[in-house]
Amino acid sequence: MNLGTRKLLDRSFTALGIGSIIIMGLALLVVLVPIVSNGIGALVFRETVEHRKLLLSEFHRGDAGDLEKELVISNGYRQKAFDILAAFDRELEQMEPERQEVYRESYEQVRTALRVLLGPLPGEELPELTRFRYGQTRWDKAEEKLHDLLYEQKWDYSNPDVIAKPNDVSRASIFAGTSLVRLFPYVEENIDRMMMPQWTIYWGFITDSSLDSHFFGGIWPEIQGTIFLAIGAMIFAFPLGVIAAIYFTEYAREGFLNSLLRSANSTLAGVPSIVFGLFGLAFFINTLHVSESKSVLAGSLTLAIMILPTIIRAAEEAILSVPKTYKEASLGLGSTKWNTIMTVILPAALPGILTGGVISLGRAAGETAPIIFTAAVSVGTAIGLGDVLSSPTPALSWNIYNLASEHEAAAQIRHVQYGMVLSLVMIVLLLNLSAVILRARISKKLKG
Amino acid sequence: MANALEATERKQNDKSTARDIYLPPERKKVSGGGAPHVSAKNFSIYYGEFEAVKKVNADILSKYVTAIIGPSGCGKSTFLRAINRMNDLIPNCHTTGALMFDGDDVYGKFTDEVLLRKKIGMVFQKPNPFPKSIFDNIAYGPRLHGIKDRKTLDALVEKSLRKAALWDEVSDRLDKNALGLSGGQQQRLCVARTLAVEPEILLLDEPTSALDPKATAKIEDLIQELRGSYTIMIVTHNMQQASRVSDYTMFFYEGVLIEHAPTAQLFTRPKDQMTEDYITGRFS
Repeated sequence: MNLGTRKLLDRSFTALGIGSIIIMGLALLVVLVPIVSNGIGALVFRETVEHRKLLLSEFHRGDAGDLEKELVISNGYRQKAFDILAAFDRELEQMEPERQEVYRESYEQVRTALRVLLGPLPGEELPELTRFRYGQTRWDKAEEKLHDLLYEQKWDYSNPDVIAKPNDVSRASIFAGTSLVRLFPYVEENIDRMMMPQWTIYWGFITDSSLDSHFFGGIWPEIQGTIFLAIGAMIFAFPLGVIAAIYFTEYAREGFLNSLLRSANSTLAGVPSIVFGLFGLAFFINTLHVSESKSVLAGSLTLAIMILPTIIRAAEEAILSVPKTYKEASLGLGSTKWNTIMTVILPAALPGILTGGVISLGRAAGETAPIIFTAAVSVGTAIGLGDVLSSPTPALSWNIYNLASEHEAAAQIRHVQYGMVLSLVMIVLLLNLSAVILRARISKKLKG
Repeated sequence: MANALEATERKQNDKSTARDIYLPPERKKVSGGGAPHVSAKNFSIYYGEFEAVKKVNADILSKYVTAIIGPSGCGKSTFLRAINRMNDLIPNCHTTGALMFDGDDVYGKFTDEVLLRKKIGMVFQKPNPFPKSIFDNIAYGPRLHGIKDRKTLDALVEKSLRKAALWDEVSDRLDKNALGLSGGQQQRLCVARTLAVEPEILLLDEPTSALDPKATAKIEDLIQELRGSYTIMIVTHNMQQASRVSDYTMFFYEGVLIEHAPTAQLFTRPKDQMTEDYITGRFS
């Protein structure tokens, strides 16, 4: 190959490499930006007076006196809206039955929209579910609901040849000529005085339990469950993995059995995680009966089996990368094999072993499939440390899936879902970052 | 320059002058030494089927310095490493015949190889300090063997470093990482580390091959210092070094011990033609 071609090839490969790195970075950006921006929305948002009411009565947080003052003002504005409703109630009663029929359905919709926006209307019973006891707690949601109050969505079926399109019809036009028509401009005008939005950082999103299946409150039980499961998995997998790696590298004799075990270990690393989940259910719960049903213990054991091959591999690599001369030096000084391993080989291999461990910890925190059948429940309270042997726990990974696919009102609580995703990403990222720092610090210490 | 060139030319022409450069210095007798410390009887070492060292018979005399020379792959390192059973680390390596240390069979059924290595210390080709502080490097062996008392350790570390002629250079930074030392200092540290275990025999496996001439000279001086206190065996590629530092020299060729004689005799009046050819540079 002549010089010109070689240089050309070199240059085109450089360009190719840079190009692929840029594409990778862009893809990462496309994934991370919505996660971060929407996830932060769960923590930092404009809260309405309803949110402060909720925090005080459900979590006993906030100042009762201040809230009382706010409520006086807010209720003053709300009362006028309720007065308009009452006036229309009386007007409706005096109408002829045919005209009543015309308005009844639309009027019910108006009442519902107002209830969703502001909470239960005067004279109504307190609803069973917490989600119906309060109006909108977030200003961005309140604005959406205001739109629902002002406009009725009608589907346009007039042209049978095209797919029907939704069409916003102003409710004021529907109620034209009645006393209710005043309601719409009034609420639109005074909504911020009724809701009193203000910017807040809701730390409770991280530290509170959820209320009424994630409608309100935070995700602490999920975070705690994730931590329990990941650490539990490490407690089982890390010592076992390191011991197995020491055996493979220092004690096992090269032979058929040994290579069989090694390839089995590699195969195990490639098994899909759902298989581990089913295995965990069949083995730990149904066969060994480590717990009555799902529990943190069973989940940890399943995750441990899943990350074990990775830990063994990482530890093996780390031990093998310790210079042979260290071992020779130690043995040459009259050290026993065991002492050599403990005082020379393991300390030198520590950065690699720990890195493998922390990365496995991150993987255990993020996996969903192994805990579906063994540990996770969709909604629950934070469990105490004493309950890990018998109680299941909510966990971030599983609840993200659950909120997206099975929650009855998933669209209402997207911010919670994003918040969970961001929390999980942050936990895994922090773990990996700490692995990098740990490795660097220990390596520096070893190099002197 | 011209003189040097002339000298080289003369050396190439005249075999007898060629050996002049190896002429060993006069050596004094060592008191209390000279007894066979390690004896090999029909001792062979195999790597699997391959016989790397073939039926060696030799007595290594105590407190003297014995050099082992020979071309690459002649089995000299293998023989050295067999003495403190470092070859155990190599799978498939086994021995026949007998290797006695102080009258005990090194490869006996009941021999404790850990105890053996405590008595027969080894320094390797490449300096291999642990990634720990200088102090911890020296104290590693004594700690292993149960010395925990800080004062005893301090004294032992100083003694070992002094013996290895390193104390003056590192006494003010004992807590610094040993990997920060220069190559020559690291190698002397390794010697000191071995001495701290108070061995009877010191095995040096090409201890200067990774060092520059200045550091090499220091190691050679060190060997002279230690001669008379320890039985020393040194494997070297450098024949001048062998002639400078040793009392006895063993010449190995293809696993066979060709000649084992006092250094002065081996380098001036070798009995074997092959030894003659090797030290005059006919082959290497």
